[in-house]
Amino acid sequence: MRRKSSRRYILILLKYLLLITGAVFFLLPFLFMLSMSLSDPHDLFQIPIKIIPRRLIWSNYREAWVGYYPFNLFLKNTILITAIFIIGQVSVCSLVAYSFARLKWRGRNFLFTVLLSTLMLPAQVVIIPQFIYFSKWGWINTYYPLLIPWIFGRGAFPIFLLRQFYMTIPLELDEAAKIDGASYFQIYYKILLPLSKPALGVVAINGFMFQWNNFFEPLIYINDKTKFTLALALRMFQAGEFGTYWHLLMAASVLVALPCFVIFFLFQKYLVEGTIISGGLKG
Amino acid sequence: MKSSKREELYGYIFVSPWLIGYILFIVFPVVYSFILSFCKYTLPFTVKFIGLLNYKEIIRDPFFRLSLYNTLYYTLFSVPLGIATSIVIAIILNMRVKGVSVFRTIYYMPAVISGVAVSLLWLVVLDPSYGLINYILSLLHIRGPLWLQDPKWSKPALILMSLWQSGGNMIIYLAGLQQIPEQLYEAATIDGANNWFKFWKITLPLLTPTIFLNLILSIIGSFQIFTQAYVMTGGGPLNSTLFYVLYLYQKGFQSFEMGYASALAWILFIIVLMLTIILFRTSWRWVYYEAEVK
Repeated sequence: MRRKSSRRYILILLKYLLLITGAVFFLLPFLFMLSMSLSDPHDLFQIPIKIIPRRLIWSNYREAWVGYYPFNLFLKNTILITAIFIIGQVSVCSLVAYSFARLKWRGRNFLFTVLLSTLMLPAQVVIIPQFIYFSKWGWINTYYPLLIPWIFGRGAFPIFLLRQFYMTIPLELDEAAKIDGASYFQIYYKILLPLSKPALGVVAINGFMFQWNNFFEPLIYINDKTKFTLALALRMFQAGEFGTYWHLLMAASVLVALPCFVIFFLFQKYLVEGTIISGGLKG
Repeated sequence: MKSSKREELYGYIFVSPWLIGYILFIVFPVVYSFILSFCKYTLPFTVKFIGLLNYKEIIRDPFFRLSLYNTLYYTLFSVPLGIATSIVIAIILNMRVKGVSVFRTIYYMPAVISGVAVSLLWLVVLDPSYGLINYILSLLHIRGPLWLQDPKWSKPALILMSLWQSGGNMIIYLAGLQQIPEQLYEAATIDGANNWFKFWKITLPLLTPTIFLNLILSIIGSFQIFTQAYVMTGGGPLNSTLFYVLYLYQKGFQSFEMGYASALAWILFIIVLMLTIILFRTSWRWVYYEAEVK
């Protein structure tokens, strides 16, 4: 009896040991980044390295943000792009998904397969022609190439996710509303949307993460420094005319990544739920 | 009859924002890119048909072969290792101990950020003299490699970095694990099965549909590795991290050989498509579908 319970304690201890080892692996790089961002630059490149800074220099953050490049401007640009993207994607994808999930029309299953097949298409196949005709349209140094093709046309994953979610809502609700004289748009707007808040939340969060960190397209389309996004600005800082100030670069990176963490901590329950919904993609 | 016509009409109206965008921003570019791959494109906007010349040149291009090799190397290690790591972490996080949700959050955190910020972070983590990894190795009296500055270690360094971000896939497997009916394990326990047996005979087979989907999406993603190489190494040292899309970017957007780059893009597309088809065709051997037992 006694031996059995002590064996159980050892097992629990081992489990925690395993969990903590993993946590150290995942957390240490972040702590290293934080520590560098708060260090005196003279202490950075010395052996042995100091994991814990001698003193914390909080002014690094202000210096990184406004000292060399106007990061407030880049922040404004990035917020603008991300906000338009999220609103556009959520409205378009939720409506399209409604059509795929609830309305019967010829060619629906075929088009749905077409939609899913875009997941397999490497972006590079479309990006060169897009670049050619977007430059003819005068879209270079505008945000249209980052927004328009991604709101319309792409979005296979969010449409799929929302469709799967709508399928879990009883069809009788639509039927009842139809008898009461509701139009299809009203069914979508007044019944499905309010019931789909968790799924819409997942789409919005994923959209935020994607656009906030998007690098390839801004790199190609935006050359005007006043229109830079945060991701481009970080890269410019790294390769910049001021040399590489690692403590400042780390401080700027922390600040750029911070909103992603905040959103993650606030909404992590939704993200896990969303993954379970989209688990239906298997098979 | 009338109402079903109305329904059909609204179906088309509501799907049209996507459909029009799909035609404009996917179908047209795909066709255009296919045509371009047989053309010589010179700025500004002059296109000349040259037949198969781009493809013939690509076959002889040593950088094409090198970038394809680098990308295959990266995919071959980062995808299977990534899937294995995600599954192991998911199983660890599926244990019933107090406070496990805190650990889930911690494990997921690296997957939350991406792109340039992560690349910069790992650039300092991997620094041979002042970086975190070699510091830890030095505590164990191991002299760490030069990582991104050594052509032999640069790809393993990026693979290690990709494993650090396994948390995103871990969540998918965790969701998969939680859908496995408890009764299966109970029945196996009654039959005297040990944990090892349960893992191989219950957990893993029931996860195969999730693994299959994740495998395909990971391969497609891994073939498109770009930002890390662009920000951290620029393709070096000695072109050891010149990945396919980085080379395509250099050709298309730095030397503006758009025709050549389109041909490169089509070869990438065909490789990815072939891999996907092969995986689908062989999936019946190892992917478990619930419909079979119903």
